[in-house]
Amino acid sequence: MIDMILERLPYVAAIVLMMVGLYALLATGNLVKRMVGLTLFQTSVFLLYIAIGKVFGGAPPILDYKALKADTLDPATLYSNPLPQVLILTAIVVGVATLAVGLALVVRIREAYGTIEDDEIAEADYSLELEKGV
Amino acid sequence: MSEAFFLPAALAAHAPVLLVAVPLTLSAVCAALPSGRAAWLVALFGVTVSLLCAIELAGATRAPMAIVSYALGGWEPPYGIEFRIDGLNAAIALLLALMGFLALIFGGPSVEDEIPKDRRSLFYAAFLICFSGLSGVAITGDAFNLFVFLEISSIGTYALVAMGHGADRRALTASFNYLVMGTIGATFFVIGVGFLYMATGTLNMADMAVAISAAGENRVIQIGFAFILVGMGLKAAMFPLHLWLPSAYAFAPSFVTTFIAATATKVAFYVIIRFSYDVFSIDSGFVENAMTYVITPLAIGGMLIASAQAFFQVDARRLLAYSSVAQVGYMLLGLGIGTGAGVTAGILHLINHAFMKGALFMALGAFTISYGVRRIDDLKGLGQAMPLTGAAFTIGALSLIGVPFTVGFISKFYLVQAALDKGWWWAVAAILASSVIAVFYCYRMLLALWVSPPPEAAHRPGGKVRSTPLMILIPLWFLAIANLWFGVDATPIVDLARTAAEAAINAGVTR
Repeated sequence: MIDMILERLPYVAAIVLMMVGLYALLATGNLVKRMVGLTLFQTSVFLLYIAIGKVFGGAPPILDYKALKADTLDPATLYSNPLPQVLILTAIVVGVATLAVGLALVVRIREAYGTIEDDEIAEADYSLELEKGV
Repeated sequence: MSEAFFLPAALAAHAPVLLVAVPLTLSAVCAALPSGRAAWLVALFGVTVSLLCAIELAGATRAPMAIVSYALGGWEPPYGIEFRIDGLNAAIALLLALMGFLALIFGGPSVEDEIPKDRRSLFYAAFLICFSGLSGVAITGDAFNLFVFLEISSIGTYALVAMGHGADRRALTASFNYLVMGTIGATFFVIGVGFLYMATGTLNMADMAVAISAAGENRVIQIGFAFILVGMGLKAAMFPLHLWLPSAYAFAPSFVTTFIAATATKVAFYVIIRFSYDVFSIDSGFVENAMTYVITPLAIGGMLIASAQAFFQVDARRLLAYSSVAQVGYMLLGLGIGTGAGVTAGILHLINHAFMKGALFMALGAFTISYGVRRIDDLKGLGQAMPLTGAAFTIGALSLIGVPFTVGFISKFYLVQAALDKGWWWAVAAILASSVIAVFYCYRMLLALWVSPPPEAAHRPGGKVRSTPLMILIPLWFLAIANLWFGVDATPIVDLARTAAEAAINAGVTR
């Protein structure tokens, strides 16, 4: 059992990170902390992808371009898979963009409401509705 | 590459990439322009180019099983990213471009009314980003590329929804909640794609489909499917995952609501069809079980509960938003039925729902411009004050109920037929019950609209009434007439939906 878990350590780390992120997202009413939770949640997926790319005994897939000829590649050599890392570079950019938009929204919410606590915002909206008689 | 349809061959060969790249590039131009009107013209140009490309692609994929494949940067699929258009996504891209075009014409006066002057060019830039992201999702053939486009469109949408904060600050919280939910949805999708990549070693969807059907029973693939279904269900506002939608629709600027109601959930719904019927196969017992025991109950729950919630709304746009969740239920029911007829009905309802909700939200936008109203009570008497807009709104509402000679009737008819073919009488009962609730909530709005004397003063600052600009009436009536026209002669859209369903079920890969 312990062997099995240790062999899959990156996956375990990804799952733990993911649950921490989701919990932080749900448990807090503070909007900035929510963004932190969301980012943790996304990061766990990055880890999952990077873990996929690892090939045991695989060499880094870096070849000398000038020396490269059709017959110089040894088909028996194992290489790690570089593709997931490329994908995750893109996903990180996407994640950063989302984080930036989210934090920008939090700033605007702070300007409009004077608070970034979820319950206080709900209260402010509710009293506004009572005033308007909606 | 098949024969060019109507564009010159040199352009037609690159139509798939132009469809996405032109609006994406022009968004940067838009952001740099000082004047909102110039930005609007640039945006209109970008969307028009997309529309022409979409018509070209729809023409090129008319033949059954026709596929247009475009290797981005010359990297051959399955290694490079491929734009792959068949009957299914050609229909979605066409609908998307058409609705974008109409919404943008409507957006000219509406944005001038609602968005502060110095923000308009940035607003159109965000719109173009959102639009090109959605078109990218519609035509890409690469699963990870789909995620990237999905997030491009979502980030654009968050910004657009938040721009409603001038009228109501709750737009900000609505946008924030949408961002949190949308990101969770997209991340679930990426996890699913990761699992599929683990098991199949490819990201190209057509290639993936071959590998998945060869793999047989595989738990990793099944988990991947579950993650993708939940993630896209969130984006498509599948019933219990729809909580972001009502507020986002209610507080966004009118133009944004019109556009995203007609397109954003539809594109996510398309991704569900693509994955459940094309990448996976309905013949594998696993997908069939998911459709019968997960999608169908949720669809019916959405149809009944969201319709009932719609009835109790005060804000007209929030009412229509809940009704949208119910309509997504109809579309999902079509998928849940799991036959060719069911998928056809689902896609048909997708197209028709864009027509009716487009018309309804545009009409509400026109009421907002002229009288500054949003609540149902304030609609009182507007039918007499603005007969043309009121009539178009009425046509949209009748179509939403599913009155004969409107498109709403056509798609419900096909849906009922598909359910009966399968022997699901209870699904038919649910469709009818949900339609009856729709009668009630539409009745509430129409009653307020027609059976009251016209109001004397507007709710706008100064109480002045603005006449409805022609640029709103034209797209509004275009959609209203489409609702009636296709309600009488449904052949064109039924053919489109049928080709799309066939492409989803049969043609996607060589099975």
